[in-house]
Amino acid sequence: MSFWPLHGLRRGIQSTRYPHAPETAAGISPGRPLSTEFASAQHAADAASICPVGAITAAGNYAEVDLRACVWCQRCRFGSNPLRWDTGFEWSRSLNGSPLPEVFARSLHIMIVDAGDCGACLHEVKQLNNPLYNMHRLGFFLTATPRTADVLVVVGPVSENMRGPLLKTYDAMPDPKRVIAAGACAISGGVFGRTFMSAGGVGAVLPVDLEIPGDPPPPLAILHGLLVVTGRNQNAEVR
Amino acid sequence: MITIPRPPVSIPFAEALQRKFGSAVSRSAQDCYIIEQPEILPSVCEFVFWELERPFAGLIVEEREQWELRYIFLLPNCGWANLLLRLPLTTRNVPSISAQVHAADWYEREVEDLFGLCFEEHPRLGDFILHDQVWQEGIAPMRKAFDAAAMHFEKRPQSDWRPTLVVQDPGAFAMPVGPVYEGGAGESVHFLLETVGEDVIRAVPRLFYNYRGVEKIAEGKSAEDVLLLSERFSAKSAFAHSLGYCLAVEQICGVEVPGRAAHLRVLLSELERLRHHAGVIDGICQSTGLSVSEAHAAIIEEQLLRASCVFTGHRYLFGLNAPGGLRRDFENGSVKELLAAVDAASTQLTRLEERLRYSSSFLDRLEDVGIVSPENSRDLNLVGPVGRASGLRRDLRRSLPYCGYEKYEFDIPSEIEGDGYARLRVLFAEARQSARLIHQASERLEPEPVCAGVEATTGAAIGAVEAPIGAALHWVRLDRDGGIERYRILSPSFRNWLGLHVAVEDFAFQDFPIILATFGLSAAECDR
Repeated sequence: MSFWPLHGLRRGIQSTRYPHAPETAAGISPGRPLSTEFASAQHAADAASICPVGAITAAGNYAEVDLRACVWCQRCRFGSNPLRWDTGFEWSRSLNGSPLPEVFARSLHIMIVDAGDCGACLHEVKQLNNPLYNMHRLGFFLTATPRTADVLVVVGPVSENMRGPLLKTYDAMPDPKRVIAAGACAISGGVFGRTFMSAGGVGAVLPVDLEIPGDPPPPLAILHGLLVVTGRNQNAEVR
Repeated sequence: MITIPRPPVSIPFAEALQRKFGSAVSRSAQDCYIIEQPEILPSVCEFVFWELERPFAGLIVEEREQWELRYIFLLPNCGWANLLLRLPLTTRNVPSISAQVHAADWYEREVEDLFGLCFEEHPRLGDFILHDQVWQEGIAPMRKAFDAAAMHFEKRPQSDWRPTLVVQDPGAFAMPVGPVYEGGAGESVHFLLETVGEDVIRAVPRLFYNYRGVEKIAEGKSAEDVLLLSERFSAKSAFAHSLGYCLAVEQICGVEVPGRAAHLRVLLSELERLRHHAGVIDGICQSTGLSVSEAHAAIIEEQLLRASCVFTGHRYLFGLNAPGGLRRDFENGSVKELLAAVDAASTQLTRLEERLRYSSSFLDRLEDVGIVSPENSRDLNLVGPVGRASGLRRDLRRSLPYCGYEKYEFDIPSEIEGDGYARLRVLFAEARQSARLIHQASERLEPEPVCAGVEATTGAAIGAVEAPIGAALHWVRLDRDGGIERYRILSPSFRNWLGLHVAVEDFAFQDFPIILATFGLSAAECDR
């Protein structure tokens, strides 16, 4: 049994240096589609027609991407008429622009609620606790109780059976608090849309402060969102 | 005493049914057996399940000109047997088979909740998928007349809903867990653990918090749109489920998938299994609190996620399958890169297993904990690593090979003890086999197109795959315009959740998270 600490120590520190240094390891992010200029309006229209969720619209020679609706099916990435894709992950969008007061900057307690998630977004949030991301080093902690939570991260389109527990969790959190919608389903309902069993996104139920597009958003995109919500990273796209 | 289940009897299925029931069960095309009188349904199912020893795979209900209830049984090496019961649409009552085939219990409860059909003498109907504190009784969302887009359906929730408690004893109490718990790392499930002190006497999971009505919203959509749903209802086995869906569509349309696509599908399925099992092993290490091992397992899983992303562009293998093959091809160079990552992960998993084997405090938490006996696992029809750790050596890759699995060399690891440690050993062994299969698949890639053209026709078929959690069946019926008339997912988690209570009962409270972790279940996959 005594060998475990030794093996742990032998591995050394493997955590990413992000946000203090850029992280460029392969496979940390699927990237995202970018609005692209095509040779002709016809090409742009063809590129837009490929999208199964209508996230791409053609405007002249341009195909414009609505990242909120994108479900990362990659059909616009490898087809005959591909869009440009970037490799970054800093794409969370702040909706109200005001981060939490500075007192939260070094210690933030995060509550996650699975409101009908497929398991991917939830899993990517969980990955932030693994040694490669190790969000503890930034003062971010997952908490099991809403009473000590400052930020509510909601994943999933808000299924009808989870609406009640989600609202109860939100109400039990002390002010000031922020709500993050992580993933395409939490932002717009994703492929599930608005039905008798899905509210079609967190925005239909709670006031959302920050959106993290992705299906699922990779761990560092979620980390970026948390940095934005605490005012430690200004790289967010404010709508 | 542990007994190993006997091998199935060898008389052909059709002949055995004929001999026992005569003209009451008539055979129609495609292994479909029509049950002429509803009263004999329970005895037919009992005969098939217990005497012929065919595993029960689920219940599929369709509302067409008549109610069509299909009881699906697996015939190893032959296919599936549909026992079809047709009833007029005005029927309310159907005979229940749960008393004879325990594995059918949840399927009947599901159908009662979603279709409004009542199963006579079933002891516990209602409050299953549509929770009573949210919906009133009498709503049947899966009926064709129900409009899925009707958001503001008038609901009359029962606000005074209380769980049914069974344990009656001075000092007995129930400990509720969930649906929001474990610092949010867990999926939305509610457990009611009834106890009189230290041991859990009764454990009932309350699921379907994540029910999104996938099967309902699929109806009327195009086959392409439903493909998106099939890979997005359960992300941890997205590739396996989209493959099951594609196999069903290909079977209906009579498409032959090119060899390269079939081998790549094997490669990607096994990559997903390897990553999934690494994740479950991580969960087991976490549940026992052995944090260094947890960190190691988490790194292995994350590296496999990254390798998947480098290889396919998506960490969870979304957007790869298409009816007819794969959406895109891969270069040989990137396959080599993937193999290196798989080998590294496989070596590290073996090393982790060695170390865990010598950690006595870790083994103490797993050995003889959460036992599912071979009898119970057969009775409840458990699948996947959980079933295989309890002596049920069933694997669709062997018994009904798809994607050319019959040409691959691999073992199906199984254990007999059925405890937490047996499940962990099976997971490690299966991960090793997956790495082996990935290598074999990579050697068979010939330059070829990866997608065959699909012409839509009408019809229905079962697409069956061995998902990481176990056997998954996708029933697809295409209508005239190539749209989906009925989509039914028989998921492995649904079957294994039914068996969880057997493992939890009579064990101490502190064992509960560990038993849950060794089952490696997914609520999203069960709830759909």
